[in-house]
Amino acid sequence: MIFGAILAGGKGTRMGIDKPKQFLMLGNKPIIIHTIEKFLVCDRIDKVFVGVHPDWVDYTEDLIGRYIHTDKALSIVPGGKDRNGTIFNIVDQIESEYGENDSHIIVTHDSVRPFVTLRIIEENIDAALQYGACDTVVNAVDTIVASDDGNMISEIPDRRTMFQGQTPQSFNMSLLKKMYLDLNDGEKEILTDACKICVVRDIPVKLVRGETSNIKITTIDDMKIAKAMI
Amino acid sequence: MLNYVYQLINPKTISVKYEEIDCDSRVIVKPEYMAVCHADQRYYQGKRDVKILRKKLPMALIHEACGKVLHDPTGTFKPGENVVMIPNVPGENFNGEVYENYTGGGFLSSGKDGFMRELVDLPPDRLVRYGEIDKRIAAITEFVSVGMHAVSRFELLARKSKERIGIWGDGSLAFIVSSILKRKYPESKICVIGRNINKLHQFSFADELFLVDELNEKFTIDHGFECAGGDGSYYAIDDMIRYINPQGTVVLMGVSESKVPINTRDILEKGLIFVGCSRSGREDFENAVSFLQDKKIQRRLRTIIYETEAVKDIADIHRVFSVDMDTDFKTVFRWEI
Repeated sequence: MIFGAILAGGKGTRMGIDKPKQFLMLGNKPIIIHTIEKFLVCDRIDKVFVGVHPDWVDYTEDLIGRYIHTDKALSIVPGGKDRNGTIFNIVDQIESEYGENDSHIIVTHDSVRPFVTLRIIEENIDAALQYGACDTVVNAVDTIVASDDGNMISEIPDRRTMFQGQTPQSFNMSLLKKMYLDLNDGEKEILTDACKICVVRDIPVKLVRGETSNIKITTIDDMKIAKAMI
Repeated sequence: MLNYVYQLINPKTISVKYEEIDCDSRVIVKPEYMAVCHADQRYYQGKRDVKILRKKLPMALIHEACGKVLHDPTGTFKPGENVVMIPNVPGENFNGEVYENYTGGGFLSSGKDGFMRELVDLPPDRLVRYGEIDKRIAAITEFVSVGMHAVSRFELLARKSKERIGIWGDGSLAFIVSSILKRKYPESKICVIGRNINKLHQFSFADELFLVDELNEKFTIDHGFECAGGDGSYYAIDDMIRYINPQGTVVLMGVSESKVPINTRDILEKGLIFVGCSRSGREDFENAVSFLQDKKIQRRLRTIIYETEAVKDIADIHRVFSVDMDTDFKTVFRWEI
């Protein structure tokens, strides 16, 4: 089966405002609702899970009740202490409802990327089915400059081989779980990106073409851009 | 939900408009296959009057498309159902006597966004479900429905004698109209008059084929359909008036950017009926879907459909319009953007 996992575990502290950013209004609906709706219309996804910070579970339930009117299966899961913690709370929930199965696919996505397209979601599903893991990327437009000490340039990689990571990131669920359980606590602290866990364990991760418009709304400026876009 | 709309903002320039769409009252359809119409190509190439371009752009092109229902809050359709989309927006004066496409509501891809969108939101009455039809053929249902509309109006207005029906034009429209007429009036002689011998030979089901310069004074028709359009309209209409029998009906279907002089003296003398027709409504779509269910018709239409590679990004949209310039009949493509 194929599951959507929308990650909204953040408390919004980076934007310096009261509400977590995924709950801010964009047009006539909160950002998170736009994101959930795009996953709900994808007919290849069997159920959508939304991981939210435990303090915001009731609030999210109210929002979903107010804005989303569909028969499609949708559940809220309390988030973990970090991104992977939220993903694995969702994995646990999926397994408690549907059991363990080596063919389950999980499409994880930032709730604050409401401009995700159906094509990106479907290409993620195809890539996860074929390769076991995939990451959504766009070509790097700016030159990437590496610095080991944050003071002096240590390397300028060839831009043609550089990409910027977006979401969704999608995985064969058993594969992801196996790799995560294999990490020690120190690695879990460092490896906050699920695709990076695959890379350090030499698991091939397929690239899926994203969209430059699939922006992550993290700052007030991002919010201004998103509002200007629509 | 946020949606991507691929708009023509200037000739040969496509830009994305992001919009919020209503999931609570309208059906959400994912377009699957689209077909290019000459009207889209004229906008794309900038061959419409500058004033018209200024008024109608930016606008998403394409009004021939089929798709799959993803979400329907009205309960009319089930998710996954195959549908063709009706671009005609009925006006408020639609009362059954004046048909819906003449009531001035609007048309998607002429002043309103057409179907080049990530998702299309429509009221349920603007969708017609279809069953066993190849999606590449379902994509041209709108085109077929225009032929259906023309033939239904012809049936209402033309006198009973329909021994010989002439169709001027050797393109896709002439092909569709001839096919519909052949099915509707099996006893009539379907005569197709064109300029390109290779394209004319595609009309294998027609009774008589002529190059325009082969017509002589012995040639007559009872009624005629003008499917030439453009610069060919003048010559086609002039021929039709010359060769048509008295009290015949002429159905005009080809679009011309220029005003076309016509021989009104002979129209008056012969007592001809002229009917204009270039769009269609829901009933015509239903008739078109029914017509397209026939496997023989599907096989015939496959011979005039050229499928170019799927559209996955904006560069592919430009490629489709470029390919269409060199396509003899209909260009269709899968929409995977």
